Formats: sequence, C-alpha cells, structure tokens
Amino acid sequence: MAGLKLRRDRLRPLRCDGEGLITTAEHLDNYLESFTAKRSSGHTFPWLRKLREDAFARFCETGFPTTHDEDWRFTSVAAIARKVFSLPKQYAGNLSHSDFKPWQVEGAAVRLVFVDGEFVRALSAFGALPPGVKISGLKEEIEKTSTALQAHLGRHLDIQRDAFCALNTAFAEDGAFVQVARGVTLEAPIHLLFVSTAADAPRMIHPRNLLIFERESQVTVIEDYVSLGGGAVLCNTATELIAGENSTIAHFMIERESPDAFNISTLRIQQERSANVASHSLLLGGGLVRNNVHPVLAGEGGECLINGLFVGDGQQHLDNYMHVEHASPHCGSRQFYNGILDGHAHGVFHGRIVVHKDAQKTDAKQTNRNLLLSDDAQIDTKPQLEIYADDVKCTHGATIGQIEENALFYLRSRGIDEVSARRLLLQAFAGECLGRMKPGAAHDYAERLIYEHLLLITSHLTAGS
Amino acid sequence: MSLLKIKNLHANVAGHEILKGIDLTINPGEVHSIMGPNGSGKSTLAQVLSRRQTYEVTAGEVLFQEKDLLAMKPEEAACEGVFLAFQYPVEIPGIGNAYFLRSALNAMHKYRGQDEVDAMDFLPMYREKLKLLEMDEKLMSRSVNEGFSGGEKKRNEILQMAVLEPKLAILDETDSGLDIDALRIVAKGVNAMRNPDRAMLVVTHYQRLLNYIATDFVHVLVDGRIVRSGGPELALELEEKGYGWIEAEARQTAPASV
Repeated sequence: MAGLKLRRDRLRPLRCDGEGLITTAEHLDNYLESFTAKRSSGHTFPWLRKLREDAFARFCETGFPTTHDEDWRFTSVAAIARKVFSLPKQYAGNLSHSDFKPWQVEGAAVRLVFVDGEFVRALSAFGALPPGVKISGLKEEIEKTSTALQAHLGRHLDIQRDAFCALNTAFAEDGAFVQVARGVTLEAPIHLLFVSTAADAPRMIHPRNLLIFERESQVTVIEDYVSLGGGAVLCNTATELIAGENSTIAHFMIERESPDAFNISTLRIQQERSANVASHSLLLGGGLVRNNVHPVLAGEGGECLINGLFVGDGQQHLDNYMHVEHASPHCGSRQFYNGILDGHAHGVFHGRIVVHKDAQKTDAKQTNRNLLLSDDAQIDTKPQLEIYADDVKCTHGATIGQIEENALFYLRSRGIDEVSARRLLLQAFAGECLGRMKPGAAHDYAERLIYEHLLLITSHLTAGS
Repeated sequence: MSLLKIKNLHANVAGHEILKGIDLTINPGEVHSIMGPNGSGKSTLAQVLSRRQTYEVTAGEVLFQEKDLLAMKPEEAACEGVFLAFQYPVEIPGIGNAYFLRSALNAMHKYRGQDEVDAMDFLPMYREKLKLLEMDEKLMSRSVNEGFSGGEKKRNEILQMAVLEPKLAILDETDSGLDIDALRIVAKGVNAMRNPDRAMLVVTHYQRLLNYIATDFVHVLVDGRIVRSGGPELALELEEKGYGWIEAEARQTAPASV
C-alpha cells in the first residue's frame, strides 16, 4: 500500500450546484474504498498501476465538475456526486444469447458483449474475420501486455481536464480491444454491446475501449449501450481510437439505456495524416447523458465528420460536448448535430473548436439544429472557437424551432393524419443525420433504432388526437 | 346532387373577418373560377375548404357530398376528395416526393377501406403522371419541393392531384408566377383531369389562366363576398377593365353596418 499517497485529509469537499456545498468527503471515501479494494485484488503491471494511481489522484484533486466549470456550464452532475456507487460483482453467468436478441446488428462481423463492463466471451459472437483483425476483451489483452496496448492505453485521454476520464482510468478493467492491421478492410461493422443489468443499489461501471486502426485500414465500429432492467447505473465509458495514416473509420456511439441511467462517455480520436474519421452519435436513452467527442487532427490532410442526433423526452438531459482540435494544417472538420426535445428534456450542444498555431488552412464547420416539441423542453447551444492560426475557415450556426405548421398542414391536406404527419416530419429531421452515414449495416441499424424511437416518443400523440 | 354547397360562410383570421357571407354551389363536372383583387378572401376561401385550422369559421355551413365539411380535419377532407393545389407549395426536406405521395395515396386508400398500393404498383403510375407534366424522373427521389423552381413546384401540385384523383380540386393561384410554357403544361395537366364526376374551383388573380382552362362559371370576390357571377365573358371584362369598377360597385351596395 506504500505506493498510494492519498490520505483522507487531502480530500477536499466537492461543490454541488443549487444545493450549496455538500460535504462529500464520505462520498470520496467511498471511491477511495473501492479503489483500495480493487488495488489489493490480483496483480497489476507496474505501468498500469501507475496509470491508475495517477488518474485516481487527479480525480481526488478535482472532484466532480460543477456548473461553474465552463465545460459543464449546462450540465449539473450533482445527482452523480451525491450518490454512493459501488463496483459491480463479477458476472454470474446468468444470461443467455436470447437475452440479446433485440440488440442484434444485422450483418455485423462480430459482436462483443460486455455485462456491467465485463467482457463475456460466451455471449459474444465471432464470425470469420480477415487476417490482421484482432478483437478481444481489454482485460485479456492487458494480460498479454502487447506493445500496441502499452503504446496507446491512457496515452491519449485527457485525465487532467476531465474528472470522468480520470475516474475511468482509475477504475477501468475491461472493455474492447480492437486492432486492425495496415491495409485491412472490414466491410461489416464490429458491434460492441455494453449491457448494464438491473441495479438494486447504485452501481458504477467504467468500460474502457482501445481501438487501434493502422494505416490504410477501413473499419466501422458500433458502441452500443443498453440496459437489462433499470436502476441507478453510472456508466462512465472512455474510448481511445487511433486512426492511422490514410485510414477510413466510422465510429457509432449509441446510447439507449434506461431513464434512470447516468451515461458519461468520451471518445478520444487520434487522427494521423490523411485519416478520415466519421463519428456518429445517437443519444436516445439514458437519464443524464454526457457525450464527449474529442478528435485531435494530428496529421496533415485529415478529415473528421462529427455527426449526431439526440432525442430526449421526459426528464432526460442530453449533453453533447465536442472538442475538435486542429493540430495540423489542411485538415477539415464538420460537426452536424440535430436535436429533438419533448417533455421536460434538456439538450446541450457545446461545440468547441481549437485551431492550433500551425494548423493553417483549417476548414472547420459546425451546425446544430434543434426541434423543440414542448414548451418545457430546453436547449442550450454554444459554439466556442479558439483560433491561434491566421489562415483558417471556421463557421458555426445553430437553429432552434418547432415543427413547422405549414409543412404539417401540407401533409395533412394530402390525407396523412396528424400523428403520422408529425412522425414523418420528425423522421425527416432525424434523417439528415442518417444521410451523413455511409450506406451499410451500421446505417441500417441506426435507421431502425431512430425509426423505432420516434414511434415511441410520438405514441402519446395517438391517444390525444 | 351538388358536390359542394357553401351557405353564408363567414370566416375570421386573427379576429378579422375575411369571408363575409359566401354562397356557392358546385356540381360535379363543373369548373368554377373565383377572381378578385388582392385581399378579397380568395385564398382564405380555398384554405377554409381544405380545413386549415388557422381560419375560424364564425357562421354558415359547407356541405361536401352532403357531409359537413366544416366538421372535418384537413386529412379527412382530403380523404373525402378535396384537394388543394397550394399557392405556395411547402418544401419538406428529408421526405422524398415519391415516398410522400405514396404515403398520401395509401392514407386515402386506408380511409376508404381499399388495399394499400405497394411501390411496384405505384411507380409506373407515378412515372406516367410525371410524363404528363413533363417533369424529370430525378425529382422522384428528391425531397418534397426542395430546391424546386416556382414552375416545378406548381407542376408538382398538379402531379399530386393527378395521382390522388380528388372529386373537388381547388387550384389556389396555380398560375401566378408561371411563364407561358409552364402555364401550358400546368393547364394540360389540369385539363387531363377534367371529367363529369370531378369539379374544379380555380382561384386566380389573372384571366390568363382561363385561356387555357375552360371555365363554366366566374365569380368575383370583393371584400369577402361574391359580388358578381357570370360566364367566362365576365373574366374577359375584368381583364379589360380591371377590378376598380367592380370594387366601387361593391362599396355602394355593401351593407352600411359593416
């Protein structure tokens, strides 16, 4: 235990908004307890131990962010800070393939299933994979400590800036490890299915994914977060994605957990020269959701598309935080986010673009369009451009509107009933997001989910009209 | 049996009375034209008949095939056979033309208890109508009216009418803003639709359209009332003399209390 330098007297109270200061030494205590218990079980490689301890120390220094923090201005995580979460027990082997039927991606190359963060090989399905594709659980891979793993794990994620990334790094044990060799094209998507099971007591899981795509590879990955039963689950996930030179990568983040779930996710993309990455986020479920997408365009000529749709109703809070770093010249980034908010849902779009000093000829664009379907729905949209180069093109725009009455009447005047007409218009609006995905299995999967979800959120209209 | 019977129709928009007692009967097979100066209530009449809810009917009744049209929602009126060709067709990004029109057709089929039309049966019919209106097939997959020129939008309205085959077609200033070639094509589409069971109500500001669509009756609408009705010769008279004289006449005969 000598290596662990934390002491309780160093823990400072966490601030929580709206409720004044709450003394969370005991809450932090709880994290310390979990961390200590985890630390003493099983062996750990020294490099990994250091990574975790540094991260945990950083988390203890900062605590959870508050709305005084510019990056978290519109999202209070007090509900997370106040809860006492415990780590999940080991998977008991009580699930079967049939439990996962509803979440099947038609045409996927492989499906990895994670139950409460733990990779379960028995529930996963590996099809025939071309040579050069390595897919496994991160924990298994850590045991092997390959050079690729050591070269990238924890090297890209910013634990200094983001407390949740620090927390993830401190606690993460398992997740997906994918490595695709140079020049390999995998047409069918890799489906990573993260299932949180019903929680009687608040539970935290910290999936960690490492996706390494070498030069000229072409791959599609779907990260899919779902719930088997409700309960207060904090799913704090982090993915490091390395897109090698000239690679073409599509990444899907799909959040559709139960309404009492907290989902904090970070996708950190490291883009090498001329890499082309598309990040597609679909936030459909979850209670309090924060989706961080953080690409760093580190090599010349990179292209990054950050495409998203968030659909909220009830009390959902869906926060989309983009942090696009242009670190090299001649790179392009496109952010397109569409939001549909009903009930008391609160959406956030925070699009930060940082253009570094040498990133001349940067072409960055940002568009956020929102539909508010109720008087109580709310959207905060905020562009944030930080430009340190002088020859760049950066544009941003945001719109907020309702379903257009003219369009609705037009459809109805052709015989389409009001509910169907509203649905059609919502599908059309959401369809903009689908239109930015390449055709294929992942697109079709996304389309189905969106379609089903829009049916669901408009189902109350049928009763009313 | 008359197809449409309007009796003493009064309607308000945002508290202002626009229609001040319209009486009009249309029989199957007839073409009626409503003409009148700007702001006389022509478009309001068209929109009330297609059941736009922004217009509040304060008095009167409208029977469509003996049914109370004013009790219908827009979609019900449409399914009963009322079609409005919009003065300003709406752009709907993200919904394809063909998909939209097939959805509309199927909504009507469902309402009438008929079988759905699948894409295989729909497309040949759609193609044929596209040809009639000299429209590019590429438009099928494009979004409804998105990026269409003014003429393309108006032709698309007539195309929809041709596919949906209404009993009463209301054309709201379909001719406005069209060049002569587009007007000819639109008129050709409209004329192809004429039959003894179908009536048309042609709302127009200009007589020009009536050179291409033969009308049986012309009604002049001034300040929310039909002040004069007659045959096609009335349209020519209006073209020649303008609306001034008829407005002046209307002012003299209008009830003093209004």
